[in-house]
Amino acid sequence: MPQSSTSSPRRGTSSPWFSLQQPLSRRRFWGVAIAVFAALLVLWWVATACGLVPKIFMPTPLAVIERLAAMVANGTLLSDIGVSLLRIALAFLASTMMAVAIGVLAGTYGIWRAVIEPLVDFVRYMPVVAFVPLTILWVGTDEFQKLLVIWIGTFFQQVLMIMDAARRVPQDYIGLGRTLGMSNLAIVRRIVLPGALPDIWDATRICLGWAWTWLVLAELVAANSGMGYRIVVSQRYFQTDTIIGYILVLGLLGLLTDQIMRLVERRLFRYRQGA
Amino acid sequence: MAELTIAGVDKSYGHGEQRKQVLEQIDLTLGDNEFVSLVGASGCGKSTLLTLVAGLQTFDGGDILVDGKPIDGPGLDRGVVFQSYTLLPWKSVRANVEFALLAAGNDSASARRIADEHLALVGLSQVANAWPNQLSGGMKQRVAIARALSYKPRILLMDEPFGALDAMTRHQMQLLLTRVWESHRLTVLFVTHDVEEAVYLSDRIVALGANPGHVKAIFDVDLPRPRDETIMESAAFTALKRHVLDTIREDMPALPAF
Ligand SMILES: Nc1ncnc2c1ncn2[C@@H]1O[C@H](COP(=O)(O)OP(=O)(O)O)[C@@H](O)[C@H]1O
Ligand SMILES: [Mg+2]
Repeated sequence: MPQSSTSSPRRGTSSPWFSLQQPLSRRRFWGVAIAVFAALLVLWWVATACGLVPKIFMPTPLAVIERLAAMVANGTLLSDIGVSLLRIALAFLASTMMAVAIGVLAGTYGIWRAVIEPLVDFVRYMPVVAFVPLTILWVGTDEFQKLLVIWIGTFFQQVLMIMDAARRVPQDYIGLGRTLGMSNLAIVRRIVLPGALPDIWDATRICLGWAWTWLVLAELVAANSGMGYRIVVSQRYFQTDTIIGYILVLGLLGLLTDQIMRLVERRLFRYRQGA
Repeated sequence: MAELTIAGVDKSYGHGEQRKQVLEQIDLTLGDNEFVSLVGASGCGKSTLLTLVAGLQTFDGGDILVDGKPIDGPGLDRGVVFQSYTLLPWKSVRANVEFALLAAGNDSASARRIADEHLALVGLSQVANAWPNQLSGGMKQRVAIARALSYKPRILLMDEPFGALDAMTRHQMQLLLTRVWESHRLTVLFVTHDVEEAVYLSDRIVALGANPGHVKAIFDVDLPRPRDETIMESAAFTALKRHVLDTIREDMPALPAF
């Protein structure tokens, strides 16, 4: 018998590609993730550097980095980011505040749900892109129009998700509030809202990811500043390096805000990490 | 601490074709400081009756009175402990008890003091700062009991509070509840499907029959107090337990013979 009597469970025999629910160590996870990025970068570099793809369509990674560095140096990139960040922040703040107020109301009171859910469900499936010409006709092309496009894109999704979050608060918690003789308003404020907060936060994080798309859309169509605007201008001059650079920066900004939201989430909802 | 009267209460759910009578003509009076258990087959309406007394639902007919006054919705004169522990997960153990005390109108200093007293009463002073998620089921339910007692309701309503616990913990909780009740004394309406538990804890046991729910029989539990575990082995205990079980079993569908 090759095996000793104190045989430990066999390790490393099953392939990590085809094993369900086998925990992957953090190190291994990030190792794989970084390797994927590196591989794509190398592929990009090889394809462009040896002329497989014409440089005018696809610049080399180095050219993109140089272009971005130049735009950081002359201040264009940062001012573009600043303008765009302000827009997304304002519009998203407005959307979130309205969605929380209306979503919690609709998630808590049946009648408000009847008023809001079917309507919002309908609007939600209307293509946001199609609203862009309307917003221009309605409010012109000033700053408010950009905010409106972002708001239309996020609010209707967000309010439904927040309504569901409020509805998922266990009925027993509400029953507790009632047995304690609390008023409806107190129950909403002190039980429903905090009870739904983790899910509200999650919905908000997801919607924020989408908001970046609507921001760029708004800036592509009728703007004279911001990241989307820079992308359109670059198209006119065939500056694919700027376009790709900006797309990458937008991706990074989205990733960054997402990670910040997750970080805050972990701190805010520590109570969930119990045994 | 108070007398509870349920007089001719009817309750149905649904409308039209779907309408289903769940409780019919329930008459029951709980004397001051009396501990009464409701037992009966699953679905016979025990929880419904408790919810009505808690004021969480309306009923079709009859009266529910506390010390002769009809109830008007939920109130702080009745404390409720549900089977699901209903601790608010975002609040610490102590804050969960304080939550009830603040709702009952205490200022924060006295809420803190009373909360700590009641956590000590159920032996949980050590975990006052823990999150509910970090507690076992038995501990959670002890917090819920501490919370329900903290604001001094005159009637305590409990719906299968130990139903989700393992046998050992359940037994400990029964001892704890007896101890607390024997020292604090308040009127208790206790729903359970565990007849042994009912006999051990109660002064009287009400057996509900099903379809629609009705009072089928009432048993006096003439066992001495204070009660400890040894009483469960006494002949009187076993005889009563058997008697109650036989009464409930008539309502249960017969098992197919092998
Ligand atoms: N909210 C409700 N709507 C409709 N039917 C209900 C509702 N709650 C309970 N019932 C019905 O009432 C009956 C009694 O339920 P319940 O009081 O929970 O019984 P028990 O607690 O004795 O098991 C069951 O037939 C159940 O299906
Ligand atoms: Mg029940």
